[in-house]
Amino acid sequence: MAEPARARPKITPETQHYWDGAKQGELRLQRCDSCAHAYFPPRPFCPKCGSREVSVFKASGNGTLYSYVINHRPLAAGFTEPYAIAVVELEEGPRMMSNILECPQTPEALELDMKLEVTFQKIDDNLTLPQFRPAKG
Amino acid sequence: MRRNQVAIVGAAETTKLGVIPDMSQIQLHADAALNAIADAGLKLSDIDGIATAVETPQQIAHYLGITPTWVDGTSVGGCSFMLHVRHAAAAIEAGLCKTVLITHAESGKSMIGKLPRSFQADSLQGQFEAPYGIYGPPSQFPIPVLRFMKTYGITHEQIASVAVAQREWAAKNPRAMMKDPITVEDVLNSRMIAYPFRLLQCCLVTDGGGALIMTSADRAKDFPHKPVYVLGTGESVETPMVSQMETFNSSRAFKVAGPTAFREAGISHKDVDHLMIYDAFAHLPLFGLGDLGFMPYEETGKFIADGNTRPGGKLPLNTNGGGLSYMHSGMYGMYALQESVRQMRGIAPAQVEGAKISVCHGVGGMFAASGTIIFTNEK
Repeated sequence: MAEPARARPKITPETQHYWDGAKQGELRLQRCDSCAHAYFPPRPFCPKCGSREVSVFKASGNGTLYSYVINHRPLAAGFTEPYAIAVVELEEGPRMMSNILECPQTPEALELDMKLEVTFQKIDDNLTLPQFRPAKG
Repeated sequence: MRRNQVAIVGAAETTKLGVIPDMSQIQLHADAALNAIADAGLKLSDIDGIATAVETPQQIAHYLGITPTWVDGTSVGGCSFMLHVRHAAAAIEAGLCKTVLITHAESGKSMIGKLPRSFQADSLQGQFEAPYGIYGPPSQFPIPVLRFMKTYGITHEQIASVAVAQREWAAKNPRAMMKDPITVEDVLNSRMIAYPFRLLQCCLVTDGGGALIMTSADRAKDFPHKPVYVLGTGESVETPMVSQMETFNSSRAFKVAGPTAFREAGISHKDVDHLMIYDAFAHLPLFGLGDLGFMPYEETGKFIADGNTRPGGKLPLNTNGGGLSYMHSGMYGMYALQESVRQMRGIAPAQVEGAKISVCHGVGGMFAASGTIIFTNEK
C-alpha cells in the first residue's frame, strides 16, 4: 500500500509568485509601495493600509527562531517524529511557519532567538518548500 | 449592549457525557436541546430563534421541527457559543425573536455523524502551514508557549500546575471524565505530545453536547429556575493561522473580547466571583488571566501554581475541571457556559458559595477567535 501523501500546497493566483520564487531559490515577500509595510502571506494589496500598489521583493533569508513545538505524534504524513514545527521571524518583519533543518530536533539545540537562514527543500519537480536552518558562520 | 436585559432561562448538557457510542452528532444536539427546553419548562414550539455552530441552523431546525424567525450560524470554533449568546441577546433586545435555543454537540470521540472541520490545500493555512507537518490542535495550539514562557519568565512547573488545580475541581464533579488526583510531577512525566506539552496538558477527547435557552429579562422571572442575566459581552477574531498572530505574548482576540465584556458589564476584576477560561491546553488560563487584565502576565504562572485558582483559592477558575479534566468534545465553549450558569443558579457540584458574578471566556481555533460573557444572578 502506498504511503499517505505529505500535505502540499495548492497554489492560487495570488500566491503563484511565492512558489515560483521558491523553485528558483528565492524567498519572496511583498512590500506596500505606499506605506512600505512588508508582509506575508501573499496577497495583492497591503493588509496594513489597503493600497493595491504593492511589489514583490526577494527577502534576505535571514531570520530568528520566534517559537516552536517538537511534535512527537505520528499524525502528519511524510514526517518522522520528533520534528520541530517552528515560527521564524524574518529580518524584514513578517513571521512564517517552517521546520528547522540540519539541526538536532531537541530543546537544547533549538534556542529561541537563534539565528536562522532560509534553505530550499525540493519535494519534487513541482514543489520546492522554503525552510530554515541554523545560520552558518 | 444594555446590562441585564436578557437572561438564560434554560441550560442543560446531553444526558450522558464522555463516550456515547449509541448516538450520532445531530442526535446529541437534539438530546441537549430537549433537555434544555425541559429545564426551561417550555415546548419545542415556543422556540423562535436558533443558533448553532458546525452544523447549520437549518440542520438543527429541521431535525428538531422548529420554524425560527431568527438564526445565527456563527461558527468560529469552540467559542462560537459565547458569540451566539452575545448575538442572541442583541436579537432579543431588538425584538427579532423572543426565545432562543443555542445548541452544541460533537461526537468527538465516537465520530458518529461528525462533520469534517478541515481546511483546503488552496487556503492560506493549506499553503503556508500544512506543508510543515501540522495535523491538528496539539501540533499548533502550543506553538506560542515557549515564547510566552521566555518573555514572562514562566516555568514548566507553573504551566503543569494548571492541570493539577483543575483535576482538584474535577474530583468534585461526578460527571467529570478524569477525577483521580495528579501532581506536577505526574504532568511533567506524562507522555510527550508536542514539546513543551505533554498528555496531561492537552484536553480530553469526548462526546457530548449542551444547549441554552435565552429570553428577555422581563419574561425570565416566570421560568422554573433562577434567571441568569447577561451582564456584559465581547467578541473578536484574529487569524486562522497560529503562525500569523500579531504576537505570542498575548492573544489579540482575547484582548478585544475580554475588556469589551468588562466595559459593557461595568465591573472591575475584584467583582469577579467565578471565572471560566476555556482550557483546550494548559497555557490558555495564563493567557486569559493576562489578556483579560486580572494581573500582569509575569504573575499568571505563579498565581496558579500558588493555588489561587484551586478549590478554596481566591479566584475559583474552571470549576467543572475544564477541558483538561471535565470533558472536551472539540468545541468546549458550551460546557464553560453551562458551568457558569450552574454557578449563578447556585447548583454547581463544586459551588462557589455566594457567587454573584461569573466571567466565561472562550477561544476558537488556535487563538483565532474569542468570546467573553459575563453573567450575574442579581438584577
